[in-house]
Amino acid sequence: MTGITFKTASSLAMLRCHQCGKLWKDAREGERCQQCRATLHKRKPDSLNRTWALLITACMMYIPANILPVMVTSTLLETHQDTILSGIIFFWVSGEWGLAAVVFIASFLVPLLKLASLLILVISAQRQSEWRQQERAKLYRLLEIIGRWSMLDVFVVSLLVGLVQIQGLAQITAGVGIVAFGAVVVLTMLASLSFDPRLIWDTANAHNSSQSTLAKDGLNNSNVN
Amino acid sequence: MNEEITQENLADLPNPQREKQRNWLPSLVWLIPIVAAIIGIILVAKIIIDRGPVITITFRTGEGIEAGKTKVKYKEVDIGEVQTVSLSKDRSEVKVTVQLAKNAESFTTMDTHYWVVRPRLDAAGISGLGTLLSGAYIAADGGVSEETTKKFTGLEVQPIVTRDDSGKQFMLHADDLGSVDVGSPIFYRRIKVGRVSAYNLDNDGKGVSLRIFIDKPYDKFVGVNTRFWHASGVDVEVNASGFKVNTQSLATIVLGGLAFQSTDGNTGELSKENTTFLLAQSQAEAMKQPDGSPETILLHFNQSIRGLKPGATVDFRGVVLGQVKSVGIEYDAKLREFNMPVVIEIYPARLGRNYVKDQTQSPYTHQQRIQFMISRGLRAQLRTANLLTGQLYVALDFFPKAAPIKQASNSPIELPTIPNGLDELQTQITTITSKLSKVPFDQIGMDLQKSLVTLNHTLKSAEKLTNTLNQDVAPEVTAAMKDVRKTLDSAGRTLAEDAPLQQDLRQTLQDLSRAAGSLKVLTDYLEQHPESLIRGKAIDNP
Repeated sequence: MTGITFKTASSLAMLRCHQCGKLWKDAREGERCQQCRATLHKRKPDSLNRTWALLITACMMYIPANILPVMVTSTLLETHQDTILSGIIFFWVSGEWGLAAVVFIASFLVPLLKLASLLILVISAQRQSEWRQQERAKLYRLLEIIGRWSMLDVFVVSLLVGLVQIQGLAQITAGVGIVAFGAVVVLTMLASLSFDPRLIWDTANAHNSSQSTLAKDGLNNSNVN
Repeated sequence: MNEEITQENLADLPNPQREKQRNWLPSLVWLIPIVAAIIGIILVAKIIIDRGPVITITFRTGEGIEAGKTKVKYKEVDIGEVQTVSLSKDRSEVKVTVQLAKNAESFTTMDTHYWVVRPRLDAAGISGLGTLLSGAYIAADGGVSEETTKKFTGLEVQPIVTRDDSGKQFMLHADDLGSVDVGSPIFYRRIKVGRVSAYNLDNDGKGVSLRIFIDKPYDKFVGVNTRFWHASGVDVEVNASGFKVNTQSLATIVLGGLAFQSTDGNTGELSKENTTFLLAQSQAEAMKQPDGSPETILLHFNQSIRGLKPGATVDFRGVVLGQVKSVGIEYDAKLREFNMPVVIEIYPARLGRNYVKDQTQSPYTHQQRIQFMISRGLRAQLRTANLLTGQLYVALDFFPKAAPIKQASNSPIELPTIPNGLDELQTQITTITSKLSKVPFDQIGMDLQKSLVTLNHTLKSAEKLTNTLNQDVAPEVTAAMKDVRKTLDSAGRTLAEDAPLQQDLRQTLQDLSRAAGSLKVLTDYLEQHPESLIRGKAIDNP
């Protein structure tokens, strides 16, 4: 896919409002759309920086999310603290392989892959790499879809905390880990939101080639996004 | 759209309103990871700073200890957590690594004790019941040593006395442990004031040493005059004075315990910590004056010693001087008879201060003194203490009429014995019985029977006579009686008030009375006028 020459709005010195879709010519970044008063940007503002910041925070949060307990079960007999991994191990050991797999994938693997995918996207976008651009675009769309499913754990814990409050006998409280975990999910969602997929295509070659051509394909491209 | 753009003049597109770009915004984004990082670093730093030392405790068993779960507690406050539980290389013990909290650094001193708290039922009561539900935990007793260490050996049983208990420790020495156990209570006037913290057998195996702990306000009652005794269980005493049951409290019946008190209520000078006391078997024994050393005496009895047991009292005119140590049987080859050697122990100190003084100052030897007393009639005698139980005791007394005896042995001192009164009585009864047996009861019986037959005949004759009397005499008598009654009836009628005889009699009497009256007048007149007898009655004119 590399080396395809197409015109983009930016190569024609045009800007399209993100909010209302109005196309402006000769506009510069930071100017406001007269139609909807939104600030005009060539790409999502400060996309890479923001994605990086959020991504790094998410990565940091991923560690406590898996180390710290997400759920504290206090029964008459004992107080038990569960991390995500200990829960998975518990399910696996007690023979609930299906459940263990679901939790493992939804709560451990998906956030991890999300972080990894975002890292790949950001790094490759920053390098203006032309490596597997279409796959990267697909990956990005996939991220958008599956991102919200990771909140499963948070929902389970908040449900249990609400339901199991038998004073004295059994009590479930949320651990610090679930906050970190929620933060990871939210931060990765924000990170993927602040990532501008058009950056995948903003390669050095594309820039060079689009300088002289009109934005026929580029406009299409930008409209897709 | 493509078409639109190409058809329209691109220059016609409106120009947006321009505004100054804010460049500081992008940098704000980086605050998020920075803040997250700072929070993370602070948390990690806090955890690292709060982490105290890691220590290793070895236990004989890992029962109830779980890695990552079991807590280490001091006064029910968490001071650490078990990290790993593993076996030692030689599999003889369990190594438990414990992560102590930062503020628990003082629990690494050399003399800190660790033990596992499990549910326990013992003399001290039920403890660690909470651990039934919560699982075992490791308890600590902080030490005071300057040196610190990372390796500890856990105690297998919970120490009875921990360092934060205030009070005093004392040592007791006893012949045997009785029913006392570690944790057994110690009573002062039936108030629980302490407990037994440890005991061990003496090195020579001849006694038991107990370590006891008296709690703070009560340790002031332990002085030089304090005596300790076993208050364990039920003290059933069967002795010369009868049957006696003595207990301290219901708990001690089951669990055993000790008690102490001062003689005559005067505690005396306070005892220092770790003073050793003697532990008596009973209160009475504890309260006795010190007896000094006992003296062993041998007695030979020539009679049954049934009812005499080791421990029976030896008394002198009612004062208990000692007790019987052993009884036995011996064959005297020379005399070809059996006799009963009885070894007794007496405490000469009980004979009074003057006796002891005299003994120490006397110019005579001990043997001579004993010989002198024997010559004055000192004898031992078996007496019945209790007719119901048939118990015997040894009585020492002077029998001036006793036949003089030469002392046979010197070591141990042997005292001659004389049979007791009951024995003599027995002999006399035997004599009477033998005499009785000579009486010809058979002959007497035969004669008696003969007499009885004769008597029977006599009685029969008597019966016949009676019958005759009944049949022949009785009707006659009845008839005679009837005649008698008739006679009496007529006599009655004659003598009745209204009978004519009576009436006549009364009238006659009245006449007689009048006649007597006239006679009296006549005599009176005659008295006054005796001459009338001659001259006749004078005419009534003066």
